[in-house]
Amino acid sequence: MAVKLSYREYFKEDALPLMWCSGCGNGILLRAITDSLADLQIPPHQVVVSTGIGCWGKADDYMKTHAFHGSHGRALAFGTGIKLGNPDLHVIALMGDGDALAIGGNHFIHSARRNIDITAVVSNNFNYGMTGGQYSPTTPLSSKTTTSPIGVAEPAFDVCGLSEQCGANYVARTTAYHVTQMKRMITAAIQKKGFSVVEVLNTCPTHFGRRNIAGDPVSVMQYLKDITVNKSRYEKMDEEEKAKYLVTGELVNKDRPDFLSVYRELNPAASETGRGESK
Amino acid sequence: MPYELISGCQAAAIAVQRAGVDLVAAYPITPQTAIVETLANFEAKGELGGEFVSVESEYSALSCCNGAVAAGARVFTATSSHGLAYMHEMIQWCSGARFPIVMVNVNRAVGAPWVLDPDQGDSLSQRDTGWMQIYCANAQEVFDTVLQAFMLSEELLLPSLVVFDGFYISHTYEPVDVPEVEKVREFIGPPQFQAQVEPGVQANLHGLSKGETQLQLVRRRHEDMLRAPQVFTAINEKFYRVFGRSYKTVDATIPEGSKTAFLAAGSTAETVKWFLPELKGCGLIQLRMFRPFPGDELGRIVEEQGLERLIIVDRNCSTGTGGYFAQEVRAALYGLTVRPVIQDLLLAGGIDLTKDILAGAAEKSPGDKLVDQEWGVELK
Ligand SMILES: Cc1ncc(C[n+]2csc(CCOP(=O)(O)OP(=O)(O)O)c2C)c(N)n1
Ligand code: SF4
Repeated sequence: MAVKLSYREYFKEDALPLMWCSGCGNGILLRAITDSLADLQIPPHQVVVSTGIGCWGKADDYMKTHAFHGSHGRALAFGTGIKLGNPDLHVIALMGDGDALAIGGNHFIHSARRNIDITAVVSNNFNYGMTGGQYSPTTPLSSKTTTSPIGVAEPAFDVCGLSEQCGANYVARTTAYHVTQMKRMITAAIQKKGFSVVEVLNTCPTHFGRRNIAGDPVSVMQYLKDITVNKSRYEKMDEEEKAKYLVTGELVNKDRPDFLSVYRELNPAASETGRGESK
Repeated sequence: MPYELISGCQAAAIAVQRAGVDLVAAYPITPQTAIVETLANFEAKGELGGEFVSVESEYSALSCCNGAVAAGARVFTATSSHGLAYMHEMIQWCSGARFPIVMVNVNRAVGAPWVLDPDQGDSLSQRDTGWMQIYCANAQEVFDTVLQAFMLSEELLLPSLVVFDGFYISHTYEPVDVPEVEKVREFIGPPQFQAQVEPGVQANLHGLSKGETQLQLVRRRHEDMLRAPQVFTAINEKFYRVFGRSYKTVDATIPEGSKTAFLAAGSTAETVKWFLPELKGCGLIQLRMFRPFPGDELGRIVEEQGLERLIIVDRNCSTGTGGYFAQEVRAALYGLTVRPVIQDLLLAGGIDLTKDILAGAAEKSPGDKLVDQEWGVELK
């Protein structure tokens, strides 16, 4: 019988201590992903983690899967190429909110529309952490950042709503506080054929936290708990109350045929060539 | 004099605030971020005099600047490395449209792999895009050059890229003479160009054109840019009268009897200058203007000083050819009756320029190739 893989088969322990600030939620996400991969028993060499640039975009340096470190915003574009280059590979794109929705926003909406079989794990810590806490497309209106000292004048994207509208097969929102839920969602997202998005509301105590909540990690964790409410409770709320919260839970779970399936049906001849067993 | 202890990034940002801009549109990137953060702070205090917006990418930042100039605004943006590379299309649109935009690029190597060191290839690889490029060697030069760039650009209706090294200049604190806002604004004045889209007058900009039209536009742009050294000199004469400082397109410090000179641009020029007393028999040529390339002035210096050997400090590499500065110098000096030997000191990747590297290069004979391993850099 094959040896059961544990999360240690996916995580580079010798990379400890990680570069992230103490109290940053990124470590929690990393553990959840490696746990999910272990639960699914996918051999590390069949997984390609593609990233852009950012604090969360550095997660691939800590994984024993394949790591394709790309430029800022392009994790999904590289990932699309990897998936089409060899459909047998599981592609997981790790992106910060800036990576996924600012500079990479175009790739994000088109990946969802195309329904390419990639799992996107978006760490939404409400700002650009790596460059020192500037406002991003998910910074809540009027929050303070280094580029908006008196408050940002733009509303934030609803990442899950956007993903849904653009056609993703699986869309879920959780937080760094809700670890069990997070792991369950990531596992489901990896298994889902088609484009899947797990938005993890994350802590950045060093920047967003310090300027808008408090500098200590516990307060920022508490904030994530306070601003979210699960789907079943949310659905019972009236519109006024709903506006005060971000809903967590599985928001979309459907089986629209993914890009490659549609493509192969339309063009069986082209699908005869190329790499990968699962033609 | 109102000296302040500030970093290169702060010097750039304060210069922009002093000059007075209508719009700053930018996207953060290390090691430039402090420029836009400082400008955002000015805006928050109501001292920018214009708007600040952090848009969704560098591509959007420069596009936004293009639009604002068309509407008559004086604009500024700053970037580095991948940000500049990502702007490449807009960079050319901007010069083709003759928009007098001022942008700072803080040198940082371009990946892959992910890298932060101050290789100059990001800006040098944009040399053919119709922007003037000026390289600064310290924070005071950054401050003064940013101010002057607005005048240069607005006079020639061409964009300017003001360049300085990441970390060595961007993050190092130096005393800088920072004149008062009123004095600077009086010197620079309001924008010296016309809005192209305005209520009341219909405009149709940059539509499909024929090859002949493009030929004329390119030629005119080329000829206008060739006037840059002359305009730069005139601006500096005026600048000297008000602020007591002035700069040349190329500067030379050649000790009596030296037949060898290092040629450097950016912070490497400051490093060479610092070690010059210990580099016996060597001088320094500091290149400030890179586009247009001040070849005539360089040739004049080489001939007047009777220089026999130039060691070009290239913290960059055009793959397959070598250092950008060395290429340009070779081409510019080709017409001299007696040409100096040119040796290229390739520090690509942005590695530190030390006294040992300089002394090692100076000791070599003119026929030698300068090889990295000998300076303690192990090539694997
Ligand atoms: C083209 C380009 N522009 C800008 C940058 C600078 N940069 C690096 S990471 C980053 C944003 C990081 O924020 P986010 O994606 O939200 O991830 P986080 O660091 O918060 O995890 C930026 C702007 C870059 N590397 N490349
Ligand atoms: S800056 Fe923020 S996102 Fe980056 S490691 Fe620190 S806490 Fe995490």
